[in-house]
Order: sequence, then structure tokens, then C-alpha cells
Amino acid sequence: MSHPTEAQSGHQEFVTLVAGGQNFCIEITQIREIRRWTPVTILPHSPAHVLGVINLRGAVIPIIDLASKLGFPKINPTERHVIIIVAIEDRIVGLLVESVSEILGVSSDEVRETPRGQEDSTTRAIQGIIPVGDDMTKIISLATLLPNEGQVAA
Amino acid sequence: MRPVVKPFDDEALITVIRRLTSRMTDRAILDAFFEECEDLLVALTEGLTDMCAGQGDDETVNAVFRAVHSIKGAAGAFALDDLVGFAHKFETVLDEVRAGRLATDDALLRVLQRAGDILADLVDAAREEMPANRDQVDPVLNDLQAFLGEEEPEEEFVFEALSLDFATPAVPQRHRVSFAPTQAFYQAGNDPCQLITALADLGSTEVAVEIDELPEKFEGYVWNKGYLRWHVSVDGPETDLPIREIFEFVDDLCDLQIAFIPLSEPGENDETSSGDTALDVERGGSVEHADAVDTEQDELGPTPEDETARPAEDPARQPTAKAAATEKPAKRAAATLRVDPDRVDRLINAVGELIINQSVISQRLQEADLPNSADLFADLDDYKLLAREIQEGVMSIRAQPVKPLFQRMLRIAREAADATGKDVTLVTEGEATEVDKIVVERLADPLTHMIRNAIDHGIEKPEVRREAGKQAKGTLRLTASQRSGSIVIEIIDDGAGLNRPKIRDIAVAKGLVSAEAQLSDAEIDHLLFAPGFSTAAEVTNLSGRGVGMDVVKTAITALGGRVAISSVTGEGTTFSITLPLTLAVMDGMIITVDGQTMVVPISSIVETVRPTAADLSQIGLNNHLLRIRGDYVPIVDLGSRLGAVKSDKPLTDRVLLLIQTETVTQCAIAVDDIHDQRQIVVKSMQSNYGQITGISGATILGDGKIALIIDPEAIATGAQHAPPFPTDNTEGEAHVTSH
Repeated sequence: MSHPTEAQSGHQEFVTLVAGGQNFCIEITQIREIRRWTPVTILPHSPAHVLGVINLRGAVIPIIDLASKLGFPKINPTERHVIIIVAIEDRIVGLLVESVSEILGVSSDEVRETPRGQEDSTTRAIQGIIPVGDDMTKIISLATLLPNEGQVAA
Repeated sequence: MRPVVKPFDDEALITVIRRLTSRMTDRAILDAFFEECEDLLVALTEGLTDMCAGQGDDETVNAVFRAVHSIKGAAGAFALDDLVGFAHKFETVLDEVRAGRLATDDALLRVLQRAGDILADLVDAAREEMPANRDQVDPVLNDLQAFLGEEEPEEEFVFEALSLDFATPAVPQRHRVSFAPTQAFYQAGNDPCQLITALADLGSTEVAVEIDELPEKFEGYVWNKGYLRWHVSVDGPETDLPIREIFEFVDDLCDLQIAFIPLSEPGENDETSSGDTALDVERGGSVEHADAVDTEQDELGPTPEDETARPAEDPARQPTAKAAATEKPAKRAAATLRVDPDRVDRLINAVGELIINQSVISQRLQEADLPNSADLFADLDDYKLLAREIQEGVMSIRAQPVKPLFQRMLRIAREAADATGKDVTLVTEGEATEVDKIVVERLADPLTHMIRNAIDHGIEKPEVRREAGKQAKGTLRLTASQRSGSIVIEIIDDGAGLNRPKIRDIAVAKGLVSAEAQLSDAEIDHLLFAPGFSTAAEVTNLSGRGVGMDVVKTAITALGGRVAISSVTGEGTTFSITLPLTLAVMDGMIITVDGQTMVVPISSIVETVRPTAADLSQIGLNNHLLRIRGDYVPIVDLGSRLGAVKSDKPLTDRVLLLIQTETVTQCAIAVDDIHDQRQIVVKSMQSNYGQITGISGATILGDGKIALIIDPEAIATGAQHAPPFPTDNTEGEAHVTSH
């Protein structure tokens, strides 16, 4: 996961999104679908960024507040918010974001390494950046988002 | 904001590409071979066990022989030389046994059992593409060889057979053998040439091949399809028995007919046999020539003997077919269908959805309050019944008998007994009991551990047993049975029973209990399951593999089961494992707590109580007790155990669920309200999220919402958890599942 798939293919597509008021993006092949926010079933003893679980065609899918996970204040979900269903390794997880903007097609040499400044929960989750016009967008490393990371192996 | 519409089917594409690569194809064929080996090894173990128990008859020996032979044959096709070599030696010894030249005494049976184990190991090694462990294989090979003596027994045998022929030269017989190999025949690596050569060893033969089935053109030709029918007439054997033996392993892989043709005049026999001493075997390219032989023979046909033969053939064929038909059920008692488990799982999920959908419709209709809806509801009930029926049917596909699991334990027990120098028989009962496939798979490790423990710690050494006035040989019983919606598996030893003072001492030494604690026998017994209770001070290399009984308990709890111990000093210990019948469906009570809908498994609820003030007592500020039938039962607030704010509703406005489990004698769980009882489809939380303390899974309600399933035992015993809804953002440390 630390090396995105840009190595082999010249062209990559990313879905850009807004979480915590900032731009981020996710590599498109990791995305399964995009849905409107629906109320969740709360899980006991869960970290703050785990909102709960939803029923996705019979499967139990945990929903993560991406903003909260990245160190921003929690999103107060409304009907306007969006859930991005992603596949992380062999798990399916939903990410609550403020909005989804567009599909960004870039050639792989446009993807830059994350400049390493001070490490925090946001920079840890970023695997690279892409300049877009005057601004830039940050590629999210999904593996760092796994709920309950590190002790679910059993 | 633009929604993304794009097919995401890369996975499917990759799968297709993989399937196309030849390595995968080879692997698939090999996998099929290993799957078949599993079945054959089960048959082998079964046969050997019967033989050891003195219940074996000739058919048992034959079955064992066939299993080894089949493994050898298929292994040969894959050039698994270690496996072939060992299976060959094993088979040779078994052949001696079935011919009655080797007596099945204890020494031989012991070696045969070891050989069975080694064969299983070799199959495993081949599957893992690992080299065979020669240190283990060679001693057993030598043991097998010891029973065979120095010379090759086959030579001797053939000689005898020939002399028999000479002893009865007056009645030369002719059999007409006709066989058409099927595709499966060739796939199993058989060669018609070998069969014909074997027939030629019985006497003089005449071979012809029928090529009518062969397609005219090369188009549509399937390379491994059986197009040919071989006709072999054999002069010599008096009965068809030696011929049947040759075809023993392929008789269900080819259409075999054997007809007896009495030769009245010896002269004619001489005539044919003189011309046929050399064997014509036609293969591949020379088919045309073979056809010529066939027609030639047909032209020769109208000789007197053939005229009598032809009409005689049909009536003769009938009894043969009948004999084959009666033999079949015995041989292949369980005709099975191999299905990819994923397909079954998909079906189970779909049926689960159907059940949920059905309850959604019921709920909607009830809410709609339609006039004259009586008929509609009757129809709906039918729908419900049908859906349940389909569900049961689908679930039963996953059910498997515990037999293969139990048979693996026979070996574990044997090895454990050898390693500890104890004399132990493992008796299995209720092998036909069926449980969910996953349960069978996941029980292997806990059972292995418990069997080893029972032999290592439970059963005493022979001399100790004799002193105690017991039989020197210990008995370990492994039983499975179905009791009111649960499967109960028991491991019962007739050993010394649990050494409670010692267990207590260890627990005190490990700081699991305080030295002053007053513990009942049952409480001491349960210390065995406490995490950190590993009797490392005295474990042998056998059971001390870093796994304690707590791991056993965790594994069984993960399957929705429970373990209980009962032990009588001097008489033995019983571990009983209670498991739900199916993993995917359970009866649950729908409850609400703190605004959330949840499910409590009915199986653990003894009764529900709406308490009056008189039923309640208090210890201090926070500990409430329920007085019921003279007992005081602690009350646990479900909401606060799950991390919600403690309800300020008085207990008299709430409902108490009286819970009883193996480890928790009694406990009352306070919930806000109870609703109905219904069958629910259990969904795993583990696959996408992980384990949550106090929650065993989730289900989907009629309205499509998810409800969590409570694990009453974890709630009742619930020690202190991490603070509820922690505010920090560090990855995943809030879920401390072990405490």
C-alpha cells in the first residue's frame, strides 16, 4: 500500500473528496461505490472515529468518520453527506466525507511524495500528493484507516 | 458534486487471467487429487480402526487395500515418488494380509496404523510441496518390509497359480471380456494396455477393438474421451474371479461385461489358442488394424462355439449386471457432490436475505392495516414456512458429520499415548452427528489440545492405575450428540480427576486468585480456563505448546459455544462442549437499550422478569440484586456495560433477563424493554470490523437496520472494560478484547 500502483501504469485516476474542509483523494480502483449517508447502528466500545455499522445488501459494514480519523473535528452527518465504500485489503469499509468532487486523471509522474514535516495522524494517512492548478490534493493511504487496526487478525 | 459511475470489476478480471494460466490448471487438478486423498484417508483410517477393534472382516481389509492402492495410483500420475514408494510397500503388506498369508496380530496392526499416519503425512507433504520427512518414513518402511521377509512374494504366488492351471487342464474355459473405458478411466491415469497385459497373464487371449464410437472427423474429437471398446477373449481361468480382480479398481470407470463361454470340445480350444499365444495390443495409430482383427474375428464368428456364445452372452450379462448393482451400494455408500463452499455460502446469504425480506413484507402489511387481509396473511404464513424450509435445506448442505474430525483425534490420542508411555484407548461415539462445516474445521485445534491434555494430565500411568484398582489401560471417550438445539461434544477420561489443590496453588502462584479466596470446586475447575493459567511448571513437550485451556475456551466461544468441566477425584474428568446447531441462524429476543435495538440469544435466557420494588435489594449505591425464589441474583445494567450512559429509569420500569450459562451461575441483565422473539440470521462482525467485547455478532432486522447480538456471558462476567467511547484518536487501542 505504501507504493501506489503508479509504478506500472502511466495513467491513474483518483476520486477527489472533501473531509474536514480539505481536499483529499482516493485511488479509483479501491472504491466500490458511493452512497448517501444513512443512520448507523452504534457499536459499543468503539473509537470516536468509528460511527457504527450499516447494512449494505446484507453485509455489515463499519463506517469511519474520515475527518475525525484524520484529526479534524467530527463531521455532524446529515443527508447531504456522502459515504464512500472502499475495499481495504479484504475488508469493506465506508468512509463518511463532506463531499465527493470529481474524478482526477493524472499521469503517474505527477504524483509526488508526501513532504515530511511534523508527523501527526493526518500525515501518517497520506501516501502522496498531486498538484492541481494552484492547489494540491492528498492521496489517502487506506491501509492506515482500518478500524481496529492491529488486533483483528484473530 | 458528481457521482461516480464506473464498473469496478478488476478483481473479476484478475481471476479470469489467473484461471487461464496453466499453472493454476495444474494446481486445480492436483487439488482435486488431494481432495480425493482426504476421502481415501478417511476410509483408510476407518478400516484400520475397525481392524484394530477386531471388527474387521475381509471386506474391511479390502477397503483399506483399495484406499492405499487408489492413492498410489493417482500419486503415480503426478510423479509423487515418495508417496508412491511408500504406498506401494504399504499395499504389498496389505495384499499379504488379505491373502491370509500374514496374521493380523497386535504388532502388525500397530505398524499398519503407523503406516496409515505416515501415508497421511506424505499426502500433506506432497500438498505443501515439501520433502518427505525421511526420519519418520524410513523406520515405518523398514517395519513394513520386516513383515514381507526377504524375497519377493509375488514370484512364488504366480507359480502357484500356474500349477493350479496345470492341475485342471481338462476343463479349459473361455471368457469373453468386453470393456469400454470412460473419460474418468483415463483421467485416473489408467491404461487399457495394462489391463489387457494382465488378462494375457491368465491365459491365451484374443484382442479386438471396436471403433464405432470414434468420430468421423477430427472436429469434435475429445482427446481424453473413451471412444474405444475392447473385446478380449481369455482362455484359461475356470471362473471369472481372476478377471474381476484385474478390473477391481476400474469397474466403475468402464462399462465392463464378462461372459462365460463354455468350450465343449477341447480340440477347438487348441486351435484358437495356438494362434494366439502372442498378444496383439492395439493402441492409438494402429486402430485400423485392430478393426481389421475385429472384422476378421466376426467372419470367423459363425463357428459352432461362437454361435452358442452369442445367445448365451445376453442372459449371462444380466446376472453380472445385477451382481454389480448389489455390490455398488456397499462400496460407495455415500454418493456425494463436490461443491465449492463459496457457492453454498452465497446461497446461504441469499436465503438469509429472503428471510429478512419476508419479515419486512410482514411488517409492512401489518402496518398497512388492509381490509379483508385474512387470506393475505394466510398466504404470507405459507411464504414464511417455505422460506424457513429452504433455509433449513440450505443450512443442511453445510452440515457435516464429525467423523473425519474424530478420526483425526484417534491419531492424536495414539501419538499422545506413545509419547507419555501410557496405555489409552480412544473410543468415539456419535460420529454421524452433523455440525456446521466451520465448526468441524475450527474444532480440530481445541479438540487436539483437550485430547492431549486428557492423556497427558488426566489418565494415569499403567502402574498407578493398577495400584488404584483400575484397568491398566485408560479409556478416553469422545462423544458427539444432539441435545435440544445444541450439539454436545464430550471428552471423558477415566483418569485421576482434577488435582484441585494443585490447580489452586498454581492459580495463587500466578496471581489469578488471592491465597485467602474461598473457592468452590467448580470455581477451581474453571481456573483452568483463566488466561495466564498455563501449567508450564509441569508440562511435557506434549501439551505444553504455549497454548492453554483459555485458548481452547476462546476458540469455542468464537463458535458460539461453551465449555464445562466436571471432575470426580479418582474417577475421571469430563469436558463438555456445547455448540449451536447452526452458526448462521439463531432464536433471539429483540430488546432495546438506550434507544438501540439489540438481540439476546434465547438459549441463554432462563426467564424474563418485570420486577416490583419488593423484588429488589441493594448493596451500596450501585449494586442491585434481584430476589427470586429465595435467591439473590446480581443485576447488570446492559447499557452501562456497553458503554452507554447508565439509564436513569428505575429498575421497576425495566425488564430483567435472567441469564444462566456454564460459567455464570445466574445473573439478571437489565434492559429497557423487550419485544418479540424471532429467528435471526447471524452476520459476522469480524470480517469487516473485528471483535467487540460483549457482542457476538450482528443481524439485520425487518426494517433493514442492523441490530447487534449480545453475548450474555461476556456481559454477565464483564470485567472492567476500556473506558466507553474513548476520545483519543490513536489507532484501535480502545478494543481490548482480552482482560
